[in-house]
Amino acid sequence: MDTARRRARYRALFRQNVPRRLAVDRVMRGVVLACVIVAIVPLGSILAEVIANGAQAISIEFLTAAPGAVGSGEGGVGPAIQGTLVIVGLTCLLGVPVGIMAGIYLAEYGRGRLAGAVRFFTDVFMEFPSIVMGIFAFFVVVLVLGHFSAWAGAFALSLIMFPIIARTTEESMRLVQHTYREAGMALGLKKWAVTVRIVMAAARGGLVTGILLSVSRVAGETAPLIMTILGSSQFFGGFGGPVDALPLRIWRLSLLPYDSAQLYGWGSALVLITMILVVNVCVRYALMGGRASPLGMLARRRAGARP
Amino acid sequence: MSAAGAALEAAGAAAGAEAQASGEVQEPPAPALDAGAGYKMTAEGVSVLYSGKEAVRNVTMGFKERSVTALIGPSGCGKTTFLRCLNRMHDMTPGAVVTGRITLDGVDLYSRDVDPIYHRRKVGMVFQKPNPFPTMSVYDNVVAGLRLNGVRDRRALDEIAEDSLRMAFLWDEVSDSLSKPAVELSGGQQQRLCIARALAIQPEVLLMDEPASALDPIATQKIEEAIVDLKRELAVIIVTHNMQQAVRISDYTGFMYMGDLIEFRDTRKLFTDPRHRLTEQYVKGTFG
Repeated sequence: MDTARRRARYRALFRQNVPRRLAVDRVMRGVVLACVIVAIVPLGSILAEVIANGAQAISIEFLTAAPGAVGSGEGGVGPAIQGTLVIVGLTCLLGVPVGIMAGIYLAEYGRGRLAGAVRFFTDVFMEFPSIVMGIFAFFVVVLVLGHFSAWAGAFALSLIMFPIIARTTEESMRLVQHTYREAGMALGLKKWAVTVRIVMAAARGGLVTGILLSVSRVAGETAPLIMTILGSSQFFGGFGGPVDALPLRIWRLSLLPYDSAQLYGWGSALVLITMILVVNVCVRYALMGGRASPLGMLARRRAGARP
Repeated sequence: MSAAGAALEAAGAAAGAEAQASGEVQEPPAPALDAGAGYKMTAEGVSVLYSGKEAVRNVTMGFKERSVTALIGPSGCGKTTFLRCLNRMHDMTPGAVVTGRITLDGVDLYSRDVDPIYHRRKVGMVFQKPNPFPTMSVYDNVVAGLRLNGVRDRRALDEIAEDSLRMAFLWDEVSDSLSKPAVELSGGQQQRLCIARALAIQPEVLLMDEPASALDPIATQKIEEAIVDLKRELAVIIVTHNMQQAVRISDYTGFMYMGDLIEFRDTRKLFTDPRHRLTEQYVKGTFG
């Protein structure tokens, strides 16, 4: 009797709520969808704009030749493409090991005040304006060596790269369940073996994402390069000299009044975006066996395998 | 009945009588170890503090070679905490302090000369939830303890992998899918894989923390068969919530309650003729 009455009362309450809850549900769904559109439209329009304006600049000469006379509409951005590859490669050599080691320290050993300080400074570092890194590199590398160089650029960019990798490494290693560490310890493994062969192996996806994120970020940085690599119209002539890079080239071209320079600027932007996309997809595919990439997921769905 | 069993029993009897006399749980019995019993592993007056809170109080137990010892008791009674002391797993837990003396083959494993890494190669452990390494295949999981410690000899690894999987009663089910990712096995198979992985490092003692609590009765039965079989080669110490399981597979049983070891005897005697009122209530299902 009591049970029946209680049930009836609650049922009535539910019924009262239903139209309002359905309305809220509909509104929220609309808001979420609107937010997605608001976020995607600028992104899509930038991409469309770059492709529309840049595609006509692309040619073999554009991709391989050195720039011709200013405003002539001749030559290409070969040195900038080469320079970007060199600088980003060099940056990875400096930034990835330091970033990953710092991440391991924070995730596996970091307790107490030192770790707190390291964590705080990597967070602050991540938010630093990148031009400050450029100025810093200018003072400690360019002025000390006496000239602009690829090293100085890579140094500045690795300062941007390292905190991103350190924090993503830490976060993804922390997500690995403690029970795997215990299982490793219980097998009499050294802490280092547990960390590298078990925890890092399990956190692989996060590590790769962090590295790719930071590569994409530094590949597009302009400000730190102005004060470190200077830019150049010639192909790479050694780590000790000035080099060109795509973002720098885009910036310089955008300042010129000539139509041909504007066109080359759009073309360079398209090349840079494409390079970053290709590197992302390839590295993911190579390291994760396609597990984390949209293309890999597509391929597996085709093959009828489980996602 | 061995001399050791008799000694422990006598101590248990004394404690039981004392408790009955006072009518409530007093200081738990601390049965002296029988010096001549030749224990594989002993714990004397072991207490564990978690950031100042006492989780295990003054536990004394001896574990004999080629025997299965079960630890039973309600949740939170300290049995898992105690088990982890035997492998120095608390080293990683901040705020955990272990006092007392634990020995393996007479060597105090908390002494300065003992490296916990080398100690753990002699004392394997299987955890409550199956935890095969997620990035490794079945084969790689079994030989992980060897390979990640530097063993490269392919033939030796193959041999040990097969042996270990056979001892864990898993070989027949996985022999043709050794390169399959370990996480694709069923829960029961994963747990037996973890047993095989622990056996591959050739331990002398195997610690098991409720190894079957997450498994169905059939998977549990297979694990129990494996344990009974393992007894021929090593000492097994198993924490279990399942009293029937303790009866089925163990030679000795310790009953823990609120951090104290209340009674520790021959399994059959503990269950049929408990000396202590709390043990009796627990094994008869009056509480717990």
